Amino acid sequence: MSLMPILKWLRRNFVVIAGLATLAYLILPNVVVMVFSFNKPNGRFNYSWTRFSTDAWKDPCGVADMCGSLSLSLQIAFWATIGATVLGTMIAFALVRYRFRARGAINSLIFLPMAMPEVVMAASLLTLFLNMGAQLGFWTILIAHIMFCLSFVVTAVKARVMSMDPRLEEAARDLYAGPVQTFLRVTLPIASPGIAAGALLAFALSFDDFIITNFNAGSTVTFPMFVWGSAQRGTPVQINVIGTAMFIVAVVVVTAGQFIANRRKNSAKA
Amino acid sequence: MTALAEAPAAPTVRKASTRKRLVPYWLLLPGILWLIVFFALPMVYQASTSVQTGSLEKGFQVTWHFQTYWDAFKEYYPQFIRSLLYAGTATLLCLLLGYPLAYLIAFKAGRWRNIVLILVIAPFFTSFLIRTLAWKTILADGGPVVHALATLHILDVTNWLGWTEGSRVLATPMAVVCGLTYNFLPFMILPLYTSLERIDSRLHEAAGDLYATPATTFRKVTFPLSMPGVVSGTLLTFIPASGDYVNAELLGSTDQKMVGNVIQSQFLRVLDYPTAAALSFILMAIVLIMVTVYIRRAGTEDLV
Repeated sequence: MSLMPILKWLRRNFVVIAGLATLAYLILPNVVVMVFSFNKPNGRFNYSWTRFSTDAWKDPCGVADMCGSLSLSLQIAFWATIGATVLGTMIAFALVRYRFRARGAINSLIFLPMAMPEVVMAASLLTLFLNMGAQLGFWTILIAHIMFCLSFVVTAVKARVMSMDPRLEEAARDLYAGPVQTFLRVTLPIASPGIAAGALLAFALSFDDFIITNFNAGSTVTFPMFVWGSAQRGTPVQINVIGTAMFIVAVVVVTAGQFIANRRKNSAKA
Repeated sequence: MTALAEAPAAPTVRKASTRKRLVPYWLLLPGILWLIVFFALPMVYQASTSVQTGSLEKGFQVTWHFQTYWDAFKEYYPQFIRSLLYAGTATLLCLLLGYPLAYLIAFKAGRWRNIVLILVIAPFFTSFLIRTLAWKTILADGGPVVHALATLHILDVTNWLGWTEGSRVLATPMAVVCGLTYNFLPFMILPLYTSLERIDSRLHEAAGDLYATPATTFRKVTFPLSMPGVVSGTLLTFIPASGDYVNAELLGSTDQKMVGNVIQSQFLRVLDYPTAAALSFILMAIVLIMVTVYIRRAGTEDLV
């Protein structure tokens, strides 16, 4: 008798409960990473809780080669973001604004890298580099990252450019703005949220990429490759420190971005 | 008079318009060239490698040895089947787990919407390898999760199904599928949310006014309208999951190796390039065929 109201409540709030359970499943590993950054493990592996310690936080670069790999990953992500964003934005504008030949072929060339298991692209790119006798390292990683980030930037920018009102640019031209001026003062600012979204996505994809990098890096070690290697040799607590710090920085940046966007929206309303 | 004045102007106009006509090609050129050289051309090289024979010392020659494909498939078909099975299960789980959360964000979160969205994206910013390693802690032998599963007799069921072994979850199919589901869940949630958010809430009201129960409204209105999200979400989950080797390596044992593991070890450790290239081509063909059939049947063509 007393179970009925509970069951009814459960049924009414099923979506909320199931949704929050999924959210917990998504967040749980981040919590574990954070908690275990304060661990002092006995052995080489940081998988079971021993005792509380802030040692790793006091000496985040205390592990050989780790911070070097981190800075390499940041550099590659930076240049890959710039490369993919510039090339991808150009393609997106061409696709939305112009008519040209071979549109179908170009569309599938952009879609295919996203519809391909990463390991296939990784293996085939390595075949190319081996055949060309290219030296594997920074440049081959950068080339690979620009390649797989490109399609994602195109998709993000294209969505934004497609939803732009072309009358705004016509209005600018009617007011005697030249093509360059129209582009810089009207088109680019309106497209910028899409470009920013594409760039952020490219940065995240490049920084966190493991599979393609692992194939095409030679003996160069990026941060994800360092983590992969440590899973075999022994995981230093400092990995969790970096993971936690990255998480906090990202949450702060995204929240600040939301806050600024909201304020701008509110001030536009007022 | 006017005709005379206009005549000399014509060539410049034409020159300007040819230049204008070339604009899209200049915009496309660098990016498309990049994709041709570093995406399409490697496929050609890989195709050629897959029909070569030889050895690392003497070098490889194209001998049109298609036997490699058959041999590779014959030797590694369990890994292929496992990959498709694990990736399919993970995709289904992502849909079942992700749909309620996407629905929650789109219709019920109210002013919490942005915060929940940030929480969905935030895990991305910690390297996925570190997060996958965290599952080793969560699913550790004798840990709270395994203990709870054993107490609730869930382990008995999964043992009977062959998903787990004894009192362990780590190094079993369940651990690998759990890791795959976790890693690709945001790729399911975000497209689902985008297509749910576009649904006009008045349609729900209209369904209610026409005496549809909430369940019927969901079945006849909400779910069909969210189909584009379901299609792109399942593709974004299944494709990377089918080629993944990280979860199988970190959370599984040798009995859970997927085809990605084989390609990786053939390419980087065994250095048997023809076999690796053939395997990777078979995987590509299987995925492309499945994706094409799926998109045709689901009837959503404008995914890009």
